[in-house]
Amino acid sequence: MAWTLHLGVVFTAGASMSLAFDEMTSPDGAVRGAYAGLDAWLKGLPPDMLELRRREAEVIFRRIGITFAVYGEAEAGERLIPFDVLPRIITAKEWDIVRRGLEQRVRALNAYIKDIYGRREILRAGIVPEDLIFQNPVFRPEMNGQKVPHDIYVHIAGIDIVRIDADTFYVLEDNARTPSGVSYMLENREIMMRLFPELFSRHRVAPVENYPNELLATLKSVAPLTASSDPTAVLLSPGIYNSAYYEHSFLADHLGIELVEGRDLLVKDDVVFMRTTEGLKRVDVIYRRIDDDFLDPLAFRPDSALGVPGLMSAYQAGNVTLANAVGTGIADDKAVYSYMPEITKFFLGEEPILKNVPTWRCREAEHLSYVLEHIEELVVKEVHGSGGYGMLIGPRSDKNTIANFRAKLKATPTNFIAQPTLALSTCPTCVEEGIAPRHVDLRPFVLTGRDRISVVPGGLTRVALKKGSLVVNSSQGGGTKDTWVLDS
Amino acid sequence: MLSRTADNLYWLARYVERAEYLARILEATQRLATLPLDYIGSSNEWASAVATAGCAGAFYAVYEEANEENVTEFLAFSLNNPSSIRSCFEAARTNARSVRTALTVEMWDAINGAWIELKRFGNGPTNRDELLRFLRWVQETSMLFDGSAYRTMLRNDAYWFSRLGVFMERADNTARILDVKYHMLLPEPEHVGGPLDYFQWAAILRSVSALTAYHWVYRDSVKPWLIADLLILNDQMPRSLASCYSNLVDFLDRIGEAYGRQGPTQRQARAIRTRLENSKMDSIFQSGLHEFISEFIADNNRLGAAISDQYLN
Repeated sequence: MAWTLHLGVVFTAGASMSLAFDEMTSPDGAVRGAYAGLDAWLKGLPPDMLELRRREAEVIFRRIGITFAVYGEAEAGERLIPFDVLPRIITAKEWDIVRRGLEQRVRALNAYIKDIYGRREILRAGIVPEDLIFQNPVFRPEMNGQKVPHDIYVHIAGIDIVRIDADTFYVLEDNARTPSGVSYMLENREIMMRLFPELFSRHRVAPVENYPNELLATLKSVAPLTASSDPTAVLLSPGIYNSAYYEHSFLADHLGIELVEGRDLLVKDDVVFMRTTEGLKRVDVIYRRIDDDFLDPLAFRPDSALGVPGLMSAYQAGNVTLANAVGTGIADDKAVYSYMPEITKFFLGEEPILKNVPTWRCREAEHLSYVLEHIEELVVKEVHGSGGYGMLIGPRSDKNTIANFRAKLKATPTNFIAQPTLALSTCPTCVEEGIAPRHVDLRPFVLTGRDRISVVPGGLTRVALKKGSLVVNSSQGGGTKDTWVLDS
Repeated sequence: MLSRTADNLYWLARYVERAEYLARILEATQRLATLPLDYIGSSNEWASAVATAGCAGAFYAVYEEANEENVTEFLAFSLNNPSSIRSCFEAARTNARSVRTALTVEMWDAINGAWIELKRFGNGPTNRDELLRFLRWVQETSMLFDGSAYRTMLRNDAYWFSRLGVFMERADNTARILDVKYHMLLPEPEHVGGPLDYFQWAAILRSVSALTAYHWVYRDSVKPWLIADLLILNDQMPRSLASCYSNLVDFLDRIGEAYGRQGPTQRQARAIRTRLENSKMDSIFQSGLHEFISEFIADNNRLGAAISDQYLN
């Protein structure tokens, strides 16, 4: 699937890859502890074994139909996301920091969204500029004063993380709307266990397979207070032509809930029902994988055929829970991202455990002039851009491109942020020449329910398969890896 | 379950069943058409194949003449024909993707594997050997899918709706063969059947894969009225109208029981089955085989519409 979100690029400076932090091997050539088992195993492996297993994996993936659609490529139809058979390994100690950081971040995101649609203290305190919210197309005035069960807005978050050195993890991006990719995390692990039982027997890898179970519990825990003790949850998908459709069906299957499309639902007297072979059945929780804009043609885009007329009104009446809530876009906007450290401190009174990538907000005059001056060294992103499109990687761009971008930047500075080019960490990866380091990022998935926050150990590692490439986005040639958190 | 899911399962099963039926018709026609003219007379077997496939209208809108090349292309590979084998597999996979959650891995594997394999046949085989292999493969795929469903699905409404699709399609297919070939099955006591007719009759039996079954059931040489009996009234024969309807009644009853409610579909199916049970070939011939078949096809279509109304919309 194209990870529908934004993300994704990171950047080595003009710096060569050898300057990047390699997660397996230190600069003096020594293998780091977490990778010792993998290293020993690799050394004992017959030469073409990895290639054989790689092909086997591809056959399996194709047969189970884990494909994604690439928008704008008519004949491409369904493509496989390349899968790299070498796992990415994280120690329990490292993971502990990341996990705590993620939980903190998601608590902050929820508190912030509640505040924006409620008392707006953070705006009154002058920490987040008002126009950033009120002029933002993803701000939903319909949500003003709206109560949501247990004050949870972001039930499922995908927080993109990059690593710069042994101790530093940065949050690259928050995805608080409909983050995708979790099915790959789960399928990658299944395939790895099938292909390399021996390698698993040498490690104690924290399991991820309970994710669907956790997700279902999370969804049921946030049912409307009026729902029965065994609420009905469904997964709302745009349908088979959506790039993430495989994931939708995979999750519905593993959760044991109906995979519905807009036409399967209807709203009567502000209550949502699905059409079944036994007549209408009430729906309490909708895990929706449709953007706000398309949810309800009566409330949002009138031309949308994907949504359910009246859904928003049922939601406002408190008769159905949407996960994630409507209007969470104001939390994962790239411009808002830069305020996350202040947001965390403001609501939680804590220092952020996970740092942000230093970010220049082009809306601020000083920042803008810095960015214009140093544009050749920076990555400039459109605030609302997604999928690695609409961005400038300074060190990789020619003079013309830069000049064009500079003009765009001056015309609408509020549309842009800029970040330094970072040396993103690398992991050993199977490529044509053999095993070589490639840049990776990590998307862990954070679930927030009534009683607790849970993070399945690891997440989805995305890898830029092209040498030196920084784009780990699946729509631009990125692949995935299984991610292991070792039990200490 | 979602009405849309039931609808997809039902049509998925129908498309796979239809693909198999087309493959059997093409195979039987191929065999008949390669016989010397003395054996089969001057009738155009390819035209009759188009008619039994139920797409004569669409065919003659594109082609002037029904010959081996045109008919094979149209029934097996054309994407302009929504009922070609290839279109059936495409539609089956689209349906399967929409109901991934209601299929077992084995069923998905069968249908997705077939769809991938189909691409390897490109625009169709270039010679008869290849064509025959293709047609066999289509039949095997259908059996694989059907067998996977039978062996792996939970016995709940998902399974029952998929079975309804199989038997509705099968009843329609058998009835259509009878509709096109009925004139060959009329009893003519003075006419014992020359070699010419034998091959036509054998082809009918082949197209419902019942040539061997015939001999086991009747222990007699091939006689047209017995063929009619086998295809219409004989409950032992899995493709007979009677067998299809005892299955349809059975599965509709299970659905009705599970949902605690009977409806028009249960009543209609039972009425059709009762008529088949109470019929004798003699009386069918007397009141007109063709009329009987036409009426059956209309009834079957009405039941299809009723199933849609009651469950699938």
